[in-house]
Amino acid sequence: MSEGREQILAGIRRALKRGRLDAARETALRERVAAHRRNLVPARATALDDAGRIDLFVAMAEEVQATVARVASPAAVPEEVARYLAAENLPADLVLAPDPSLDDFPWDARPLLRIRRGRAEAGDAVSLTPCFAAIGETGTLMLVSGPGTPKTLNFLPDTHMVVVNIRQVVATYEDGWDRLRSAGAMPRAVNFITGPSRTGDIEQRIELGAHGPRRLHIILVDDRQKAGDGEDE
Amino acid sequence: MLATSSTFEANARAGLANPILQRALALMQSGFPERRRLAVERLPEFEALRDIGKSIKDHTLKHLDFYLELFEANVIASGGQVHWASTADEARAAVLQICRSVDAKVVTKGKSMIAEEIGLNGYLEQNGITPVETDLGEYIIQLRHEPPSHLIAPAIHLMKEQVADTFRAQHRSLDPARSLAEARQLCDEARAVLRPQFLAADVGITGANFLVAETGSSIIVTNEGNGDLTQTLPRVHIVMTSLEKLVPTLEDAATLLRLLARSATGQEFSAYTTMSTGPRRAGDLDGPEQYHVVLLDNGRSALLGGEFQDMLRCIRCSACMNHCPVYAAVGGHAYGWVYSGPMGAVLTPSLIGIAEAGHLPNASTFCGRCESVCPVKIPLPKMMRYWRERQFAEKLNPPVYRAALSLWAWMARRPILYHAIVELFSRALGWAGRDRARFRTLPLANGWTAVRDMPAPEGRSFHSLWSEQQKDRTGK
Repeated sequence: MSEGREQILAGIRRALKRGRLDAARETALRERVAAHRRNLVPARATALDDAGRIDLFVAMAEEVQATVARVASPAAVPEEVARYLAAENLPADLVLAPDPSLDDFPWDARPLLRIRRGRAEAGDAVSLTPCFAAIGETGTLMLVSGPGTPKTLNFLPDTHMVVVNIRQVVATYEDGWDRLRSAGAMPRAVNFITGPSRTGDIEQRIELGAHGPRRLHIILVDDRQKAGDGEDE
Repeated sequence: MLATSSTFEANARAGLANPILQRALALMQSGFPERRRLAVERLPEFEALRDIGKSIKDHTLKHLDFYLELFEANVIASGGQVHWASTADEARAAVLQICRSVDAKVVTKGKSMIAEEIGLNGYLEQNGITPVETDLGEYIIQLRHEPPSHLIAPAIHLMKEQVADTFRAQHRSLDPARSLAEARQLCDEARAVLRPQFLAADVGITGANFLVAETGSSIIVTNEGNGDLTQTLPRVHIVMTSLEKLVPTLEDAATLLRLLARSATGQEFSAYTTMSTGPRRAGDLDGPEQYHVVLLDNGRSALLGGEFQDMLRCIRCSACMNHCPVYAAVGGHAYGWVYSGPMGAVLTPSLIGIAEAGHLPNASTFCGRCESVCPVKIPLPKMMRYWRERQFAEKLNPPVYRAALSLWAWMARRPILYHAIVELFSRALGWAGRDRARFRTLPLANGWTAVRDMPAPEGRSFHSLWSEQQKDRTGK
């Protein structure tokens, strides 16, 4: 295969009527990459204050058929999970991401929820995961894979629930990249999720739940009251 | 895939005479363009983003060797492998070798136009491996043994009744009396049939919308979630892609992603945008053990530095075909190969030769809508004109056509003679049509007059009226 490599690179240079770029040019290009310079970023989300950005995230997510429930504290998450499952007439079986961020929720207060921690398997109907960030611009969730956040949880079950803290709501994809870079190495998978799975492949009629989840339920933890105004931006 | 681009005229007639196709195309025309318009109106920066998208792609192409090497280094650093393939043959061989190395029987596939371009499914079947398309549209056309008729909606030429017939014929183990009257039922059936395949597959093959040099990542954009199941559940993930999908950084990818969904389906953002970087990491509970990128050239590098380089900016959004009056009339299959519409009219001759695909750049009214909606401002009509010039220079048009064009060119270079002949012709036509003021038929223009009348010229030509008016003005 390395023969193909040299052939292709030589062909590109021939077509561009030059040889390999000189060291100075390559250094300049490396600097361009390392600078992570932002291109034009739409003002839609960046022009808003914290509350406006969060409202935009909710409105955009709901526009693409995600449902959003606001709860006042992390302690209220299990209650909302139980309420949602009952309201949607879903079984109380739940696969929970093994991520430590979900450990402290008072699951014991909801003894009727049958909870397993781990990756999703074929028969799992409902999953609950944390998210890495949420993008106000388009109501998009940003999830990353890792030992605590297996990616199958985002795609195999029919119903995917995601816990989002309002501090995780950023304006743009670029803000998401910045958070990702400061968190360390690039994860194996980054999933931007905007609403539940859908297809328009038959007569361009949008049908939800093509192969991924039919329902995407976002539990937005808005604990501004308790935490004071300590936005960590 | 065997091309039938050389019979475009017959293909187009068949398309025009196909009532199902015509109903499906009418649906498309009322759908995609309107949704795109609404999405563009909601983003005031859209026009500015088009210019930036163009410059990102131009910059990358100008330094493509550098960014390819950087991409490769980062794929390797994250534990993946890159397979360089100059030709379709090499790409197929690379995929087969990977499949054989894990003794693969079933391969699931996300939608990949590159896989279509190299005829991957047929090749895998010949070698005893079962490819299963998982995008709903691709799955439908795989069952029907048809090529895709659209970049992002491969089964757009069908109505739900055809899909129902196909499912009944192919899903034999299901109750023959079940209802398949609604799109919802068809989607549910495909979901149920494909779910075990996702779980059973040994290898998952996806395409890539973008490759990010900075991180060695591949990005796919889907709505169904099939691409994610395809690349997460099997032991091996193969990304089947081509050189020009590269962008330098995540920031550059973000800009192009803002253009892609809006231009394609009119969505603010597709349901799933997924970035994959290497295989499963230590401690991960899922994800593939191997991550391979097969990078196809297939003639693309030869387009650099020439009059068709701009075509390599294409991000495969399908806006050009969604807005094309010719595509809307004849459908994608008429183009006779993998790519259709205006982008196909430019790209196909580059990949399979102008001798085979010569009709395609001629199948355009040059109305310019394609260029006006292209998110990376590819001058599609101009490039179709380049192909027409090249076709003429290589003497590939029929002799009568060439002779007529040469005669016209000879006349057009002699204005006095030209005007005299035009004047003479228009007077003669005016005289011949003096009773009805229109012609039902005209020699050499039967096709044109079949659906409309030709108005008879009334008196003098535009040129003579113009020069008289100019004379009057300067006289005053």
